[in-house]
Amino acid sequence: MIVGALLGEGWAAMLANRMRTLLTMLGMVFGVGAVIMMMAIGQGAELMVNESIASMGSNLFIVLSGSTSAGGTRQGSGTVPTLTLADSEAIRELPEIAAVAPNIFNSAQLIYASNNWSTQVAGTTPPILDVRDWQVVTGEGFKDSDIRAATRVLLMGQTVVKNLFGDENPVGKIVRVKNSPFLVLGVLAQKGQSLDGRDQDDTVLVPITTAQRQLFGNQFPGMVRMILVKAKSAEVMAKAEQEMVDLLHTRHRIHADKENDFSVRNLTALAQAAASTTEAMSTMLGAIASVSLLVGGIGIMNIMLVSVTERTREIGIRMAIGARNGDILLQFLFEAVMISLAGSFIGAVLGIACAYLYSQIYETLAVVTLSSVLMAFGVAASVGVFFGFYPARKAANLKPIEALRFQ
Amino acid sequence: MPRPLISVSGLYKQYLENVPVLKDINFNIESGEFVAIMGHSGSGKSTLMNILGCLDTATAGHYFLQDRDTATLSSDELANLRNQLIGFVFQGFNLLPRSSLLENIALPLLYAGKSKSERRDKAMQMLNRVGLSEFGERRPNQLSGGQQQRVAIARALVNDPKLILADEPTGNLDTQTSEDIMKIFLDMNTEQKITIILVTHEPDIAAHAKRMILVKDGQIENDKST
Repeated sequence: MIVGALLGEGWAAMLANRMRTLLTMLGMVFGVGAVIMMMAIGQGAELMVNESIASMGSNLFIVLSGSTSAGGTRQGSGTVPTLTLADSEAIRELPEIAAVAPNIFNSAQLIYASNNWSTQVAGTTPPILDVRDWQVVTGEGFKDSDIRAATRVLLMGQTVVKNLFGDENPVGKIVRVKNSPFLVLGVLAQKGQSLDGRDQDDTVLVPITTAQRQLFGNQFPGMVRMILVKAKSAEVMAKAEQEMVDLLHTRHRIHADKENDFSVRNLTALAQAAASTTEAMSTMLGAIASVSLLVGGIGIMNIMLVSVTERTREIGIRMAIGARNGDILLQFLFEAVMISLAGSFIGAVLGIACAYLYSQIYETLAVVTLSSVLMAFGVAASVGVFFGFYPARKAANLKPIEALRFQ
Repeated sequence: MPRPLISVSGLYKQYLENVPVLKDINFNIESGEFVAIMGHSGSGKSTLMNILGCLDTATAGHYFLQDRDTATLSSDELANLRNQLIGFVFQGFNLLPRSSLLENIALPLLYAGKSKSERRDKAMQMLNRVGLSEFGERRPNQLSGGQQQRVAIARALVNDPKLILADEPTGNLDTQTSEDIMKIFLDMNTEQKITIILVTHEPDIAAHAKRMILVKDGQIENDKST
């Protein structure tokens, strides 16, 4: 009961000198605001990276065909098609592999009615949807029979749909790819940007045989530029990679002392590295912002010390009429904590508003989580107690008669 | 025979290496007495009152308040004594400038742990008794000196103390107002049997008391009933 009354006394003291209270609060306002905003930006970045990773497909490897060197000039990966559909089939048989999709791609012009659009055309097999965790939202995917017959069918990414068809439903329509008519079988789900900022929806998928024989006129039939491989789980990634390398060594008759004519990339590991980078960034942002909380706390201590000196006589009067040391201590502590909490509240509102503005202006994601708000409040309250305690104790330890005589 | 309310024996007070302010003070005060402590400024009478009010402690000697040796009490126990047993009236009123009259009067009840409604009712009742009921929400500086002193008296009385310690209560007031204030003290003493110790250097104020203790150079020079 007396605690409630002392809270009231602290509150009254806060209101009695509004300007000073407000200025004291400012430190906490900016501190908490900065923490919440920084954490929102960090969380947003993390979320975006995680979304990109999920959109890429999980437990993913890319096997690229090797490079050539002609007269000392070495070309990039995939310039020589050393991988074959047979390699892809063989990898499929490995124990730790869940799905495999061979891939050849090139850009091509698509035409529908009066619209045309240049996009990446990828020749692949039905398991591609599995490997990349990709769904067909309308229509259906192509089948193994389409591969065998090299039919002219395609699956269309959302960006291509938007540019060729607008609001029209493309399923069942005929589009021209490099002047050959193709039937649109289905539309792929939206994937958004990849980690490197490419639009993953700006693509169409066709049967690999169709691509080889009819679109890109491959001079080595049965060759592929890369093979997408999905391992059974994250735990077996390393084992799966070793199996693939061993298998391809055998199949391509590469001795241990020779250079590989292929390369295996673990995309998931790359993505995880990116994720941990953003996580580190977000932690660092929070830590930097926390320093301003500390500065805010020191501001509170400063003002409370001045306040105790200024109100020494008041403390003396209170002691003369029966305030115990603990009562004085609590009154000043409550005042410090209330200033700090009120400042945090304003700071939280400000921080959330700034995070929202930031996400609007820079068209990015800023996520204010409840935990970050609660954390900022918790820290602010602790700062109030920690930095309010010394001045409050100073007030409580005054001798009644000395405080009363203070001029 | 009941023990005296206040019993002081061999009281001695010295600040650092200076000359002692109080030397070998001995007296008893019975419950219900009206005592004036007189002396010139610097005589040590205010120091004596601060010790009697448990605001200060003696260097040596004993001060028994209601049979309890104040030297052995903790600061919290002393605070409780000031809260429950003693009411202070100061020369400079010592009201909290930023609180209303009612809040000022109710403050001792707050530290006594009384409920909000009880604090408000009792403070209103006390304000009524000193004839200022219409000013409850005003601040002290909106009142005259005499009115402020009446508020201070209301605050001193609000927790039903046994003992009122008044340090030059009329020192800042004109003659007529002083007489009014003294009348309130006299009424408290006769009607409620509250023990009053009045510190003053004005003989005509001290004349209201029924006993006079004259302090000079830190010693009791004279102790007589009138």
